[in-house]
Amino acid sequence: MQPLIQTENPTPVGATTLDRLALHQAGRILALGLEGAERRRLLDLGFVPGARIEVELENPLGNPRAFRVLGGVVALRTEQAARITIALENPAS
Amino acid sequence: MSTTIGAPGGNHEAPDLLGMVESARDGYGDALADDAMEAYYAEANKITSEVVDAQGRHQGLSFDRRLDRILTSRIWGFPAMILLLWGVLWLTVAGANVPSAMLATLTMEHGYNLLHAAANFLGAPGWLSGFLIDGVYLGAAWVFSVMLPPMAIFFPLFTMLEDFGYLPRVAFNLDRLFHKAGAHGKQALSMMMGLGCNAAGIVSTRIIDSPRERLIAILTNNFSICNGRWPTLILIGTIFLGALAPAGLGSLVAATSVVATCLLGVAFTFLVSAVLSRTVLRGETSTFSLELPPYRPPRIMQTLYTSLIDRTLLVLWRALIMAAPAGGIIWLISNITVADQSIAAHLIAFLSPAGWLLGLNGVILLAYVVAIPANEIIIPTILMLTLTIAIKDPSLAGMAQAGVMTEFADGNLVRRILTAGGWTTLTGINLMLFCLLHNPCSTTILTIWKETRSAKWTALATLLPLLLGIAVCATIAALVRLTS
Amino acid sequence: MTPNSLPASAPAPVQPVAQPANQPAAHGACATCVHARHDALRRLGVRAEAADFVVALLGNPNTGKSTVFNALTGLRQHVGNWPGKTVSRAEGAFETDGKKYRIVDLPGCYSLCSSSHHEEIARDFILFGGPDVTVVVVDATRLERNLVIVLQTLEITGRVVVALNLMDEAKRRGLSVDARALSRRLGIPVVPMAARHGKGIDDLLAAIVSVATGAYETNPHRVHYGNGRLTARLEPIMRQLEQLFPGLPNTRWVALRLLDKDHSMIQAVREGTLGNIEAMTARVMPRLDTDALQDDQPALVPEERS
Repeated sequence: MQPLIQTENPTPVGATTLDRLALHQAGRILALGLEGAERRRLLDLGFVPGARIEVELENPLGNPRAFRVLGGVVALRTEQAARITIALENPAS
Repeated sequence: MSTTIGAPGGNHEAPDLLGMVESARDGYGDALADDAMEAYYAEANKITSEVVDAQGRHQGLSFDRRLDRILTSRIWGFPAMILLLWGVLWLTVAGANVPSAMLATLTMEHGYNLLHAAANFLGAPGWLSGFLIDGVYLGAAWVFSVMLPPMAIFFPLFTMLEDFGYLPRVAFNLDRLFHKAGAHGKQALSMMMGLGCNAAGIVSTRIIDSPRERLIAILTNNFSICNGRWPTLILIGTIFLGALAPAGLGSLVAATSVVATCLLGVAFTFLVSAVLSRTVLRGETSTFSLELPPYRPPRIMQTLYTSLIDRTLLVLWRALIMAAPAGGIIWLISNITVADQSIAAHLIAFLSPAGWLLGLNGVILLAYVVAIPANEIIIPTILMLTLTIAIKDPSLAGMAQAGVMTEFADGNLVRRILTAGGWTTLTGINLMLFCLLHNPCSTTILTIWKETRSAKWTALATLLPLLLGIAVCATIAALVRLTS
Repeated sequence: MTPNSLPASAPAPVQPVAQPANQPAAHGACATCVHARHDALRRLGVRAEAADFVVALLGNPNTGKSTVFNALTGLRQHVGNWPGKTVSRAEGAFETDGKKYRIVDLPGCYSLCSSSHHEEIARDFILFGGPDVTVVVVDATRLERNLVIVLQTLEITGRVVVALNLMDEAKRRGLSVDARALSRRLGIPVVPMAARHGKGIDDLLAAIVSVATGAYETNPHRVHYGNGRLTARLEPIMRQLEQLFPGLPNTRWVALRLLDKDHSMIQAVREGTLGNIEAMTARVMPRLDTDALQDDQPALVPEERS
């Protein structure tokens, strides 16, 4: 079985990281480049590969931002979002 | 209930099993548990697609999403926070005046006279009725009339904001600042719980997993003004700063001064967090993930009930059981004479130089010593001490003696009493600052000890705000005196 | 006698507890109908001593868990709207049909697999505290994420009731959730609720009673891990566990937790107490006592300075 959740963070063609998404832009999670408790926490909150994710809010100072994933809205700091690989939903936009 | 399932096996076999587990992890480590997590999500996704019909899902932006975009926006995020805080406090200040005056009349005029009449009728000795009525009863009555109305307004309003789901948005807005201070974004939540009660705020720091960041949150929680301190700020803000403003604007100015004090507390939270995280509590900043739950319309009646029972009455009860003995103690130290002066007068004279240095006075410092068990009784203690000891104005002193205590909750009279006791605007401002910056109450100190199990951190949490308060008050007093 | 065999003349329930299709017909409507349950309910507040059944209350933060707890016990624990509001444990009790139920409100957690303090408390209580029924409160508007903890709980115990809360909210958002289908799928009772408005409390109560008394035999759904590396590594461990602790009801979960380096599980294996519920309960219960939770905490020590 090929692991869906990869610990390494290879950025496939056409993929980007969550911190680079513009406000209200959406994508699909490809991989979490985080380890241990941090990774587990994000998995708990719904950051699972395959899930659709959208940049929902940006705080007044631009960081953290909140993401809509699996029906919930969860705030993450930019440096955490940078470890999450995303496939853009509509690369044209 | 029979409980043993089979034989316990025996410990000697355990290492085999654990060794087996260890070798199974080889090459995969935590990725194996991830596989399980993935299986749960895949299954959850499958089941959800079978049982949930989202055909009717509304397109476009819901109310929640629109509101969030305003409350966390670049332009409105911070102003909205300050405006909400200010609005809650203004409603409290403006709404509490009349009921406070009514309660004061009821307890301190009618109740007080009635009790004295009863004592006379029963032929109670003067020392007994003095101790019980002028001491214990009056202390409790002060707390009741000064504290109940603002709390009965402030707590339900604050609870409604909490139930509505606004608090996580504040944490979201403030995270960048906490991050820069080397602290955890969820410290905003414990900080806001501290606005209700510091002991509760300290327990709520458990949501922060990193011990380093949790300690920062614990050490700075006292900069959140707790419910024991709101009434002091509101009263002093009303009679010393509100009174400076033109008529009609008094409550606005008073609310603004209280908001300013509260925001100063937030500034100290950031400042002290930053200093701690760069000195005694250096370390990695941990990550931050916070769910912003959907807004829920607050249920007015339920909120009124729970905030009245859970918070208002509980706090009031605590204040009353602290105030009654404190009232007794004040009466005793004011009426037991040693070497031509009452004990209280000796103590006040002893504390006066230090009080002067801080831009306060001996009465305030003595009140803070008497009120260590609970901040709630600061104002009643100050007023009782001022009335019985510090006032030389015979008309006011006579009023106290005769028990004519009408309209005490009327700001002007309290102001007259305090001015007669030698208070100035500087005293008022510095009392507000000292109210923000002084040692936590005994309950909070005990909670800090329970949560940290460390004498060192408990001592630091206790002394740090006190030393800051002394430094800030002394500096302001010196500056004012140098420039005037 | 099952307390659920109620007179046939009783009116039909407004919101029936969804019933899995694979239940024997005899259990059918009788096992789950809920008439007049409200009258039989005696809320006992915190008087929880000498209970006949222990009910654990579990769920993600912000699912209305505390509201459900208050409704069942008559207590008025403050309900906040921020994740982490219930940081310590609350306890209460209710009585129905002459049986006393002790109800334990566990701290809100997203999953039973994480290592935070709250999640450890919840996990250990369900595994070692031996609750007779575990109620998982679920947010109907965020079902997918909320189902994860349900599926994890079903690994540990089959005696689970799902309180499908916030149905009003889901409706408002145009989502329709089929509680009967969900119940069929999971093999446990699923009770649609709007706890904030007091809706579904009676049905939940009936479901708790029927699972506690055994009137409702659950048929818990277990997730398949596939035939990949995880299953290949779990199986030998499970076999070894079965040898060491014959009769252990949830070997796959225990094996998974061991693979995940769960401290309390490793300790239980070392001490050989894993199969001995009494010993495990004795170890877990004091930790769960609200006061002991504080007293038991080790000194807070900041990590190494960098």
